[in-house]
Amino acid sequence: MMFVPGNNPGMMADAHIYGPDSIMLDLEDSVTMAEKDAARLLVYNALKSIDYGTTEMVVRINPLSTPYGRKDVEAVVKAGVDVIRMPKTETADEVRELEAEILKVEEEIGAVGRTQIMAAIESALGIVNAYEIATASKRMMGIALGAEDYSANLKTNRTPGGAELLLARETIVVAARAAGIACFDTVYSNLDDMETFRKEVELIKTLGFDGKSIINPRQIEVVNSVFVPTEKEINKARAVIAGIKEAKAKGSGVISVNGKMVDRPVVIRAERTIALAVAAGVISEEEAL
Amino acid sequence: MKEATAGTLESGDIMIQIAPAKGLEIELQSSVEAQFGRQIREVIGETLAGLGIKDAYVRAVDKGALDCTIRARVTAAAVRATGEDVWKD
Repeated sequence: MMFVPGNNPGMMADAHIYGPDSIMLDLEDSVTMAEKDAARLLVYNALKSIDYGTTEMVVRINPLSTPYGRKDVEAVVKAGVDVIRMPKTETADEVRELEAEILKVEEEIGAVGRTQIMAAIESALGIVNAYEIATASKRMMGIALGAEDYSANLKTNRTPGGAELLLARETIVVAARAAGIACFDTVYSNLDDMETFRKEVELIKTLGFDGKSIINPRQIEVVNSVFVPTEKEINKARAVIAGIKEAKAKGSGVISVNGKMVDRPVVIRAERTIALAVAAGVISEEEAL
Repeated sequence: MKEATAGTLESGDIMIQIAPAKGLEIELQSSVEAQFGRQIREVIGETLAGLGIKDAYVRAVDKGALDCTIRARVTAAAVRATGEDVWKD
């Protein structure tokens, strides 16, 4: 998910060319208070007019507690955004409040149920309430960590190793999995240190995250190289799926592939590897069968 | 209506200044004026008409903005000039 400032029309016009899975147009922290009105109009008109193809379009709105939040919701729902990202989410009630606001606009334009919600958790209270937030709405498609505000709230600093974020990251992954939704990690802002960025992406993949938020197209390749399955992994997954199909035909649930026992969790992982490879365009849907 | 501005001089943007006037006058400065000048003026005029504005002096400095950007910047300048927002309060 690539973050793009909502008041920069040049970047908004070009963002999808670099091939991110999703683009998050920002109306919140990257836009000054004096430009909130103009950014909202830019984002509205861009969503209505620019052909972003299959890229998932997300808009980070201002909190509903500010004078801008409700107008942001009206504008982006009317423009047909895929997902509204709620900043600084701390309670399930806040999610329900946004849900009601979205529904009001959707009813007005006859598009009920079109807009999904993603909640960014950026405080200790938000982490404590992560599962309640993740299950607060049927529209909730994922939860994400916002590490800068979270670290400040925790009264600590961000470090290259990310020790200060470990509990928050694990809590978000567990809450998302328990709720059956996606989870996304925070941004890494130092564009001159791609090595630490790669280590962070490897760490969050190991923790179970579905993806990483990025701030620059240069970071896309690193995220894809970590998340997209290698040819070896795809072949192994294929062997597992073929093996289990054969075993099922013979009436058995357990098989051995290359000398290792294959049971249900291994098959689930293999299916996820193939699904990721298809989503990343490494193999076609026909090849996955 | 009072005088108001929206937009920047960055690449891909357009800066729109609106001021009170009798009738509609659009002054355009653009590096692509020869190819797109008429289209840019049309988008500015249509956007203002859509907002019910017939009388205004508009000065536009274009830096290669898309039509959707022109509409957004003209609307933002008009909202700032008239104080009438396009979204519900």
